[in-house]
Amino acid sequence: MPSPRCPQDGAGGSGDRCSREIRVRACSRRALRAAMRLRLPVRGPAALKVLAAAAAAAAPVELQWGSPARERAPPGPGAAPTLELESGALLFSPNAICQFFFLRRGDASTDLGTQWLEWEATELQPAATTALYGRLVLGRTMAEAVGVLREPLTHMEQSLARTGTAFLTGEAPSVADVVVWGTLFPVLQEESSVPAELPALRTWFRTMTLSDPCRAAADTVLVPTALSELTSHLRQQPGPRGAGAGAGAGSGSPAPSPASPPEDEGSERVLTEAEIAAATDAWARGAAALPKPWRPQTPVLPVEGMRNILITSALPYVNNVPHLGNIIGCVLSADTFARYCRLRNWNTLYVCGTDEYGTATETRAVQEGLTPREVCDKYHRIHGDIYAWFGISFDYFGRTTTPKQTIIAQDIFRRLLARGFLLQDTVEQLRCQLCCRFLADRFVEGTCPMCGYGEARGDQCDKCGKLINAVELKSPQCKLCKGVPTVNPTEHLFLDLPKLQQPLEQWLELSWASGHWTPNARHITRSWLREGLRPRCITRDLQWGTPVPLDGFRDKVFYVWFDAPIGYLSITANYTDQWERWWKNPEQVELYNFMAKDNVPFHSVIFPCSLLGADDNYTLVNHLIATEYLNYEDGKFSKSRGVGVFGDMAMDTGIPADVWRFYLLYLRPEGQDSSFCWSDLMLKNNAELLNNLGNFINRAGMFVCKFFGGTVPSMVLAPEDKRLLARVTLELHQYHQLLERVRIRDALRCILSISRHGNQYIQVNEPWKRIKGGEEDRQRAGTVTGVAVNMASLLAVMLQPYMPSISSAIQGQLRIPPDCFVLTHTFTCTLPHGHRVGTVSPLFQKLEPERIEALRKRFGGGQAKQTPPAPQPPPAPQPPQQELAIATGNSPEVLAPHGKQQ
Amino acid sequence: MAAAARPGPGVEELVLLEKLLGLPKGSKYGVQGERKVPVLQTNNGPGLTGIMTIAGYLVKQAKKEQLLGSTAEEKAIVQQWLEYRVTQVDGSSSKEDTRIILKDLNIHLEDKVYLAGNIFTLADILMYYGLHHVMVDLTVQEKEKYLNVSRWFNHIQHYPGQNTEGCSSCGRICGPFLPH
Repeated sequence: MPSPRCPQDGAGGSGDRCSREIRVRACSRRALRAAMRLRLPVRGPAALKVLAAAAAAAAPVELQWGSPARERAPPGPGAAPTLELESGALLFSPNAICQFFFLRRGDASTDLGTQWLEWEATELQPAATTALYGRLVLGRTMAEAVGVLREPLTHMEQSLARTGTAFLTGEAPSVADVVVWGTLFPVLQEESSVPAELPALRTWFRTMTLSDPCRAAADTVLVPTALSELTSHLRQQPGPRGAGAGAGAGSGSPAPSPASPPEDEGSERVLTEAEIAAATDAWARGAAALPKPWRPQTPVLPVEGMRNILITSALPYVNNVPHLGNIIGCVLSADTFARYCRLRNWNTLYVCGTDEYGTATETRAVQEGLTPREVCDKYHRIHGDIYAWFGISFDYFGRTTTPKQTIIAQDIFRRLLARGFLLQDTVEQLRCQLCCRFLADRFVEGTCPMCGYGEARGDQCDKCGKLINAVELKSPQCKLCKGVPTVNPTEHLFLDLPKLQQPLEQWLELSWASGHWTPNARHITRSWLREGLRPRCITRDLQWGTPVPLDGFRDKVFYVWFDAPIGYLSITANYTDQWERWWKNPEQVELYNFMAKDNVPFHSVIFPCSLLGADDNYTLVNHLIATEYLNYEDGKFSKSRGVGVFGDMAMDTGIPADVWRFYLLYLRPEGQDSSFCWSDLMLKNNAELLNNLGNFINRAGMFVCKFFGGTVPSMVLAPEDKRLLARVTLELHQYHQLLERVRIRDALRCILSISRHGNQYIQVNEPWKRIKGGEEDRQRAGTVTGVAVNMASLLAVMLQPYMPSISSAIQGQLRIPPDCFVLTHTFTCTLPHGHRVGTVSPLFQKLEPERIEALRKRFGGGQAKQTPPAPQPPPAPQPPQQELAIATGNSPEVLAPHGKQQ
Repeated sequence: MAAAARPGPGVEELVLLEKLLGLPKGSKYGVQGERKVPVLQTNNGPGLTGIMTIAGYLVKQAKKEQLLGSTAEEKAIVQQWLEYRVTQVDGSSSKEDTRIILKDLNIHLEDKVYLAGNIFTLADILMYYGLHHVMVDLTVQEKEKYLNVSRWFNHIQHYPGQNTEGCSSCGRICGPFLPH
């Protein structure tokens, strides 16, 4: 059972272990959480108006950039802002959000105000969207844009002139003014764009634009780089998105693709004096205040009194090379989190391995003329090499075809049998008389009974995607000898899931209350439970598997979905004899399972049922982290069609592993599908890594070398510096908050945000000029350089989970002491006055369009004929979804039981 | 705007609303522009324009402000769905648009009795009017598919306290909100 949590900290340790440090942090986090959460997916008019309204009405919002990480996206265009209220309700209309801020402040809603809002939504927004699209994408002139807006602008002029008031609804600005201004400003930008014959409107526009809330919102949203990037992105869209398209209830901004999230993030809220003082204190305490990094013994075992984290990523199926979607879906996500946990001084074990049993291995062996064992050996090595190249920090990478697997799987089976959770039944199955075997799943092909496709497999039709019961195939053929199989009865065993549903639901309630389950994981699990569980067949007529230890079934093996999750236990058992201290220790251990969403039911329903039924105090999953799917250039990865980038090919691109890691994590399909896109990879590399992050770290280090002979100068903090420390601390807190909830992609934005603040700081203070000035200026240059290089040092640590090689490169260049590689909630001065840095050199390389274009061509499709990394078998169509499946997530339940008690 | 294929919701709907709210007949309505946006002549000023605006005004005239929500949050949610009605529902021009609307609503209504949660509001009434022609044309399978919307629709149709009348146009026993 999950350990009881500290009541003040959902992510913390159990009550006993809840240290004072955690308590304090929990309180400050709660204070942050009390705000409403405003999420802005894109820098457009909608973001502008809601930010201006929040500022005008002084609404305390916690700001989040990027697409919503929710299972249920709000209605309307995806780019619309959302406001999550304290009650949990969600507002998705920008105008309603604005109005809520004003109502909340106590403003009453008036008929006139409502009328303006309705007019804005139905008349102005569609016209403004067309105008903005024309300006940004079609390159229309301002005059043309204003021409499109002529009618609504004239309407405003007439209204303002008639009433003679300064604002739309009276003498004071109201929600209507903010909403209308927010839609107009991105198009008009300047007062001078308003035609001179509309003087009242001009005055109104100027007054609004110069007001503090609007100006602040414009500075935040419409920074020049964001606008130019939005433009260049829109330009790449095929064909016109249609003048007048996007006339939704929402943003009124042309919807950007999810592959191009906004550039700047982090909360921009005002800092309090207390926060600034606390950050200054923390800074002064220096590296001595940091806890010593925890270095566990090998093997890593749970430690009494520590937070013990057990991490698994779904076991990749051995018969294929993983593609980028597989990599981000499980091993890379889990790796990033495991690295983070280690930096938090949590006692962490991360295990994974290849899933090797099953029909797919057997058929692959037949195709390649190898034994199943040889196939597994070969692909296990390929997988291992790929993950090593990507820097995946498994504590142990094992496999499922080991004696430990047999022992543990058979033990669980016997316990289930003894406790009456197994049923026996006769099933009709195809048997090839020539080969003397039952033709399970992929050993049979025939015509799809649903769509008539001629090469449907025994478990699924590749054409219509429907799951098939093999005996329903028309004109079935043995895949090996092409003989015609006959239908024969065979005995099988079933796990009695209906009997286990109630204990399962009880346990789920606990796990959901205390753990982090992604919304899709909860949703999928709930829908399984709602339909009611049915008995699942756990045996197969095959040789390549774990033998069933029961008379009458000795010639059968366990079906992979029963067997494969047990691999987590047996792989750990191959790592340490004391594996039970991890897997039969729910009091001390917290278990995180990482996977793509197709694997959810096997981890949330079936495997927990096996373990609950076996009843041996097993550690059950506390946190189930499931991703959505990663697409390739808006299509699917497909091994058989040679479309997409596969793990081994990524190594050959010449793009460093850490850049791959960065980009995959940057677009981790958290909450919704995302797409790998070559040009976006180039853009992110050049804009974020090179120009933002790399540029900042390099400059900071360079200044130390160039101006101060490689020694960190003395620092005298001015108020501006202290504010920066507090700002960085805020981002650091946000980073922790997100990672504790395993929002890996969102937390990466905090890192980029810190370096963005750093770049601004250097840019404003110009140390390269001041170093040539008088005593005071030189001191200022020293302070700025010193603060900046310490930010770089912090970034090296925060970056470690995402880009381990880059992190260690920074560590080497700045000579950051190894003991500083630990993450706390404070930003402290780790490179004090007098610290010597090493040789500083650029961290990233620019990616050129020609090179990216060449790569896109190479991987875009029809690539399979080029020297494949491993000898390709004869083309056997494999659906891409099958390429990674612990427990064969896509395999159908071929055998239907009738429920005879064993 | 993605040209409204159907004429705007129009004056008829507002007359029905007046009746529903128990207001006396006799308001003077006009229409304005290409989209035939309703305009209500009031005693003072230039009148009110737009269905959201006029409907809100009528509710206040009838002293049934609770239909607009009582807290800031409820008011904003009502506002949001009224806006959704006049932009998305009235702006829909294809089967695909309609499908998206039904899908959105079906998800939203999964755990709610009314659009704004547990309270019946003006948003339900106007959404009912706006979707009526869509709902009566749904096949049994579609009704099944958009189960939550169907449930909500039936619920609004039989909202208590209203006299039920038959409908001559669609040949069904429909509720009082029927915009025929």
